[in-house]
Order: sequence, then structure tokens, then C-alpha cells
Amino acid sequence: MKRKEFLHMSAMSFGALMLPNTFLAGRSIDPMEALYEGIDVAAKKQLADVSLTVAKSKGASYADIRIGRYLNQFVSTRENKLQGVANTESFGAGVRVIVNGSWGFAASDDMTKEGIARVTERAVAVAKANAKIQGETVKLAAQKGYGEVSWKAPIEINAFTVPVKEKVDLLLNANSIAMQNGASFVNSLIFAVNEQKYFASTDGSYIDQDIHRIWPTFTVTKTDKATGKFDTRAALSAPMGLGYEYLIPAADQKVSGIVTRYKMRYDILEDIKNATNDVSEKIKAKSVEPGKYDVVLDPTHLWLTIHESVGHPTELDRVLGYEANYAGTSFLTLDKWQSKKFNFGNKKVNIIGDKTQPGSLGAVGWDDEGVKCGKWNIIDEGILVDYQAIRDQAHIIGHTESHGCCYAQSWNDVQFQRMPNISLLPNKEKRSVDDLIKNVEKGIYIMGNGSFSIDQQRYNFQFGGQTFYEISNGKITGMMRDVAYQSNTQEFWNSMSDIADKDDYRLGGSFNDGKGQPPQSSAVSHGSATACFKNVNVINTARKI
Amino acid sequence: MSIISKEEAQAIMKKVLSYSKADECTINFSGSEDGNIRYARNSVSTAGEQRQTSLGVSSAFGKKVGIATINEYDDASLEKVVRRSEELANISPESPEYMPVLGPQTYAESITFNAATAALNPDNRAESVGKSLKVAKDAGLEAAGFLENSTGFNAMLNSKGLFAYNKSTDVSFSVTIRNKEGTGSGYASKSYNDTAKMDTLALSRQAAAKANGSAAAKAIEPGKYTVILEPLAASDLISTMFGGFDARSADEGRSYMSKKGGGTRLGEKLFDEKVTMYSDPLNPDLPFSTFAGDGQPQKKTVWVENGVVKKLAYSRYWAQQKGVEPQPSANRIIMEGGKSSIEEMIKGTEKGILVTRFWYIRFVDPQTLLLTGLTRDGTFYIENGKIAFPIKNFRFNESPVIMLNNLEELGKAERVGNLIMPPMKIRDFTFTSLSDAV
Repeated sequence: MKRKEFLHMSAMSFGALMLPNTFLAGRSIDPMEALYEGIDVAAKKQLADVSLTVAKSKGASYADIRIGRYLNQFVSTRENKLQGVANTESFGAGVRVIVNGSWGFAASDDMTKEGIARVTERAVAVAKANAKIQGETVKLAAQKGYGEVSWKAPIEINAFTVPVKEKVDLLLNANSIAMQNGASFVNSLIFAVNEQKYFASTDGSYIDQDIHRIWPTFTVTKTDKATGKFDTRAALSAPMGLGYEYLIPAADQKVSGIVTRYKMRYDILEDIKNATNDVSEKIKAKSVEPGKYDVVLDPTHLWLTIHESVGHPTELDRVLGYEANYAGTSFLTLDKWQSKKFNFGNKKVNIIGDKTQPGSLGAVGWDDEGVKCGKWNIIDEGILVDYQAIRDQAHIIGHTESHGCCYAQSWNDVQFQRMPNISLLPNKEKRSVDDLIKNVEKGIYIMGNGSFSIDQQRYNFQFGGQTFYEISNGKITGMMRDVAYQSNTQEFWNSMSDIADKDDYRLGGSFNDGKGQPPQSSAVSHGSATACFKNVNVINTARKI
Repeated sequence: MSIISKEEAQAIMKKVLSYSKADECTINFSGSEDGNIRYARNSVSTAGEQRQTSLGVSSAFGKKVGIATINEYDDASLEKVVRRSEELANISPESPEYMPVLGPQTYAESITFNAATAALNPDNRAESVGKSLKVAKDAGLEAAGFLENSTGFNAMLNSKGLFAYNKSTDVSFSVTIRNKEGTGSGYASKSYNDTAKMDTLALSRQAAAKANGSAAAKAIEPGKYTVILEPLAASDLISTMFGGFDARSADEGRSYMSKKGGGTRLGEKLFDEKVTMYSDPLNPDLPFSTFAGDGQPQKKTVWVENGVVKKLAYSRYWAQQKGVEPQPSANRIIMEGGKSSIEEMIKGTEKGILVTRFWYIRFVDPQTLLLTGLTRDGTFYIENGKIAFPIKNFRFNESPVIMLNNLEELGKAERVGNLIMPPMKIRDFTFTSLSDAV
């Protein structure tokens, strides 16, 4: 969900809601199923052809149109109370053209043929105005047309067909487990998203796609009136490119250990009980002694470190300076890639870009400029070998084809380069988390993502977490608190001493990665197994006010 | 057209209301027309225009509530969105905290709309950006920037007869100018209600001067330093504080406004006595709508006076629980400043660090409002009242609550983003590590 829509919703009823730090969320509920049926593909093709014809007649050398219907559903609760149920729907079209070597974009929700012709003319007018002050002209990588094709997310249960009451009951049930086990407060939510999007371009593609995402999450809070202290533990779920089946527990999708974690199926009732026990222990845990530690990072935590320190610096638009005024640039400059020997990490570090992994947030058939999606190496045995590119950037790195990383958060926003799933490959050899821990003399085992911050070129970062376990001489000895680690990206990835195998591999992710001006949100997953990093600087974050 | 007049909006909303079968119904109707131009590498990268509208219906049967939104306005769609919200309400359990809708209210005349800003078009925007590009190209530097103007309306009608309507404009410009070697970077950013106040040339010259001035930065040891925060840097940190002004989370013991032993810090002196902060919908430089999202009137509100917490925000529900008047959340904060310019503040500083802005600020501990983040786009060492040399960027770990207790001096306040902020001199500001980022 876009920020503006979120604010609109907030103004209506979610003002006091503790939403996990941003916005997202749909398709239908059973009583009104018929209301949510997608728009007829033939009708979309007719509108698209109007736009492409007008664009060409007005001088566009290239044009594309995205016709989108975006559905979101939020169900939110706290303690024994339902806080809100909301469905949103947005329908419209965005037109992008190249005229005189410049991009122009315009969007409108007037979905008549006349409206589509007008919005196309506006996009052409914007391109012409820009061409007057343009420096570099746009060079688009060639792309074959696919004709009329379609792609659907491989989900089992469309979350919008599940009755709202079932969702509310599940959340209230989870909340009652937390309250019975000693939580002071609990907030829980289910967000569901459905993007029904249609893309057509002058290359001859007409692509109809149906994308689903879901994010169940909660925060358990424990307060101590006497000391005035409070602490929280958030869910160890991940936002996923799945349907409601994600909320149906499956024993073979659980990872056991100090606390249960989850793969392609989640057990919210089990996790909230564990969270309540965790927060009771965390609020009383000893404060960390700052210093150097080996950190063992669970995938529920490591996904965010991958996202920030690998995902963002390998975005080609940052490398080239297109994000200099906002998200920042990148330390992974082109000369480092050209050298073919820049040690981003040590030999154990293998990282891929991927737009196909089933269940991931980034999986689609084609991106938002008609490029068929795939996967490719970005860090190969520690060496930087590639970036994430789209059609107007591919020529800069000598590629003849785009990586298929183009995305817009809605019909109303222009598409641009966005992060694909960026994932760390697991150990090819058999290796368990216990194997990792037993080799650690003085360390901290971290679950869940907490505070996160990194500089605008992605060198210096600081991460917190949800729970922290002290490791002493190969054994977990208890919980700690007030932990954050600071490091430098290259140093950190060169300190990766070990990684578990595929049995431990899981996806984490974000529903709301932000970039661009005006800012746009995108959803992306990051897969990894548990990994160990040597001699990392840990600080103590406790303060008094 | 996405900007719908008061009369037209009211007519559409009345029609929507006529379809309602619920006990209570609230309709929110909003729309915007945004135009933008973005550039990087001394060239326009993307630009566009976006128009959108959204109509939301909240229906309640007793305390069972459902909300649905739509952006299609034929009679069938309008009836569909009402039915959908009612279906959602019917199949939902009760929302125990649901508050009955307000009756008609009286609002002050809003000053948020400026016709010149609303009239900006692609050619005007390209012309403003052209000036910025020229500054960079003439100086052999590289510019990346963004200019965006938006016009919006927001309206509300409910089944008790409350009607509210507001129209507003905003324009904002930001630019980052870097040297070709990538060793220096400068930034400037401003937002306005009235486009006539915007000077993209002057702002670009400021950013260019910082890009040249920050090149070849030296590394100094992290630690505690006296800092002068420019208004932008100050606003980056101060803007994180107002979530904590929510009375409910304070009462519930999960905010830095919570008092040990229970209750809130309302009435306590929590900051240095130089700190006074308020919001005022009728401030000409930083106006906002005279009604809040729930239909309550918005008035001038003093949040902190001489360091003492004077007001917390109470939702209508929480106000009823606590037996107090509801208070809409803090919005567009104005912090009172002093008379000195930044140059005068530097002149009075023996040793210190001048910070242009901060970046990637995140909460580390909500208990103490500890934040982390980094300096960016121009950080300088001050010695004997003068800028001595540029320094490499730092990561900080600092709480604005602690910072506003270590306040030495405030300079002349100005609008940055959606706050009015003075530059401020702070002692013992905590930098924890160095960053290689430029």
C-alpha cells in the first residue's frame, strides 16, 4: 500500500494503531466475491492499444502502459479487541513514453478510452518538456514482445476468500495466549495484498499478472511499572509471496532450536507463546558488556543485514548516482566490478539476484517493463560479478538484456529499478546451527530484526535484533539485552566464518522497502541459512533519561 | 479533475450517504494532483504527473465497523463501496473502542491553498530545475535533485451532519551536488506552501558550496563533541519525538513519556528551559488543515513550554477513558529559536562540529528514545570560531531527549520540510564510529 493511501486509512480509523514500521497490505472476502473479479483482459487490451496508438502518433519512439487494480486488506487487533478491518481498492493506468530521447510519465484513474488518450498525451507533454533540458538521452535495451501471456502466483488459498471472522478469531486467539502468559499488551495484524496488473508496450507484449502477498505479524509488550521499564518481542514470521496457506502450520516447515522458527508455513499460536516467554526473560536479562563478539545470525535477522549491505549497494541506479539525492549512492563503484577481483566477501559468500523463487515476495513472471524474470550471480565466491539492472541501464554494464528488476508500487507511480530477491546461498556441505555454535568461544546468537541503520554508500552499519543469546565456549548460556553490532560491509562479509546448509535455509523479507522520489515501496525477500561472523564490534544501547 | 470543489465533493458524499443503511456512516473523500521532476548525473531521469482520488466509507452497526475505499464514482461503484463497508461491518466482531461519530463542528478558515503553487506545470518545473543544473555544470560538479508540487483536497461527511473540506498546496525542492571525484557532497532542501518563496538557484549554490567545501575530509576520532546542528539536522532528530506525545502509550508504560511508577510525564520539566514547541494550523509558513482526521477542530497547541511538557495527544477514546478533553496528535511542529545566525553560532564556538544533515535515523531503544544514524553531505570541524576543515561522516547514538537537556544555544528558526526549526548548539553529542561514505 502506498504511503498516501495508508495515511488516508490512518485518518479514518487506524490512527492509534501500532503498525509495524510502515504500510502495506488485498483481495476479496466471501460475501462479496463477485465484486472483486478482475477486469476482463480483452477490455484491458483495448485500452492499452488506445494508449500505444496515441503515443506513437504523438512522436513516441517507445511507450508502455500499466493498467492495475490493487486490493489490500488489513485486519488488526490488540489484546481482546478488534481494532479495524479495512479493504482498499485502487484502479487506474500509468503511461510511460520516450519522446525526443526523454522519459515522460503520467497516470490517471479515468479509465475511459478518452481518459486513456488524454493521460497518454500528458505523458508525451512531460517528455517534451524534459527533452529541452535533457543531458543524456535514454538508451533502452532491446526487448522482444511476448504477445498475449499471463502469470499467476502459485498460491493455494486466496487470502481474500477467507472470511474476515476467521482472521479476527485467529488473531484474538493468539492475543489471548500472550495475555494469559503474562504479556502487558499485544498488537497483531494480518495484511493481504493482491496486485492485478496488466502491461502492454510498443514491443508487442500484453502481459496479465496476478500477484499475492501476505504478512501476519504481532508485537508482544511487557511493562514493569515499578521500574518504568518496558520491552517487546515481535513475531518471527516473514512477509511472503503466499496465500492464506502460510497461516496453516506444518510440522515439516518448522525449524527447532532455542526457539521455533518457520519456513513456508507459520504457526502464529506457537510463536506468540514463545514470544511472551521471550519478552519476560528479555526484560530481566543482563545488559551486554560492549566489545568484540562472534555473532551467529539467524535468517529471521540476517535477511535485513543482507538487504541493507548487499541488496542496496548492488542496485545499479545507486551505483550510477540516480539515487544520490535520496537513498544514496554505493561504494560498489563500476571500477570494482570491472576489476573482477573485488573481495566483497570471502570465498564462502555466494549471493544471487532472483525474481523466481516460489513463495518469495519478488517472484513474478515479467517485470514492470515486460522483461521475463530469472536469476543471476551477484557475488560469486566473494567477488562482485554483477548488479541489478533494468532496460535503460543495461548498456552501461555491457549487458544486452535487462535483469528484469523494474517495478512500480501502483499504476499511479512510474516504474524504476527495484531490488529483486537477494539471497545468500547455504553451505553446500552438511552443516547445522549446532555445528556453528560449538565453534564459538565468545559470541551472541541473534534472532529477529530490530533497529537498522546504514550510511548512504553502504559502508557503516548498525543492527539490533529481537532476542540475543550469549554463547560461551560453544554453548548458549542465557539471554542478553541492549545489544547492537556495528561493522563495515566489506569487513563484515569477509569475516563470515561459517554458514549452515540448505536444511536451515529460510526467507525473510520486507513489505516496504523504500526508494525513489516520490518515494515508492516495494516488497522483497532474502533467503539465507544461519551464518557466523567473527570478531564483530558490539555496543551497549542502554541509556538513562 | 482530481481536485474537486467543496460543493461538488459535498454533493457526491451526500449521494454516498443516501445509500447507507448503517447506524452511523462516515465518508472521507480526498484527491491530489502531483507533478514532479527528478534529475541525476546532471540530467533529467524521471518526471511525471499523478492524479488520484479516493473515497472511503466507514459503516458502523453498533460497535461493529467496516471500512472500504474506492476510486470509481459512477452510482453503481458508490453504492458498491457502501455495501462493501456494511458487509465488512456485519461480519466483523465488535470494535470495543469505537467512538460514536461527532456532530457538526466549527472550523477556522484554512490558509493551506496557494493558487500560484497549484498552477505549476511541467515547463515551470523544468525551468526551475534547469537553473539548478546550470549551477552544477558551470562549476564542474554533478547534481541530483527533485522538485515536486502537489495540490490536494480532503473532505469528510458523516451521518450526524458533520461536514469538513480543505484544499492545500505544497512544493518542495531538494538537491545533492557532488564533485566528480566523489569526495565531496552538499545538500539543500526546502518546502513551501507558496512557490514564490522557492529559489532553486540559491539552494543549488548552497549545495555546490558544501560539495566543494566538504572535499578531502579528514578523519577525527569518534566521541562526545559539541555540535552545531543546522535546522535540517535538528529537524531530522526532533521530528522523531512526537510519536511519544501519545498519552495512551505513555499511560500504558511504553513510551519515553511514561513515568516510573505509572502515569505520564505531562507537566514535568523534561527538557532545557530554552525549549518551546507548538503547532499552529494558521502559521503562514507552515499551515495545515483546521480539522483533524476524526473531524475535531485543530487549533494552536503548545506542546512544550520552557522545557515543561504541556500537552499530550489524546484520541477520543482515550480521552473518554481518562476523563479529559480529546487532543489531536502533534502536527507540523514549530520550535522557537533565538536571534543568532549559524555564522554567529560558529563564531562563538571554540571547538565543535557543524552538521548539515543526518541520514538513516532509526530508533534503537524506544524507552529512552535512543536513535542511531549518520551525518551526511557536509560535516565540518570548528576551531576558534571558524570552520577549520571538513571531516569524515560519523555514526551517532544519541537521544533527542538527552540532547535537548544539553542545549547551549538556539539560532534563528526557519522552515525545513514540515517543521520550523532553529539551528542548535548541543554539548556532549555522542558519535560512536566513523563512516567512509561521502
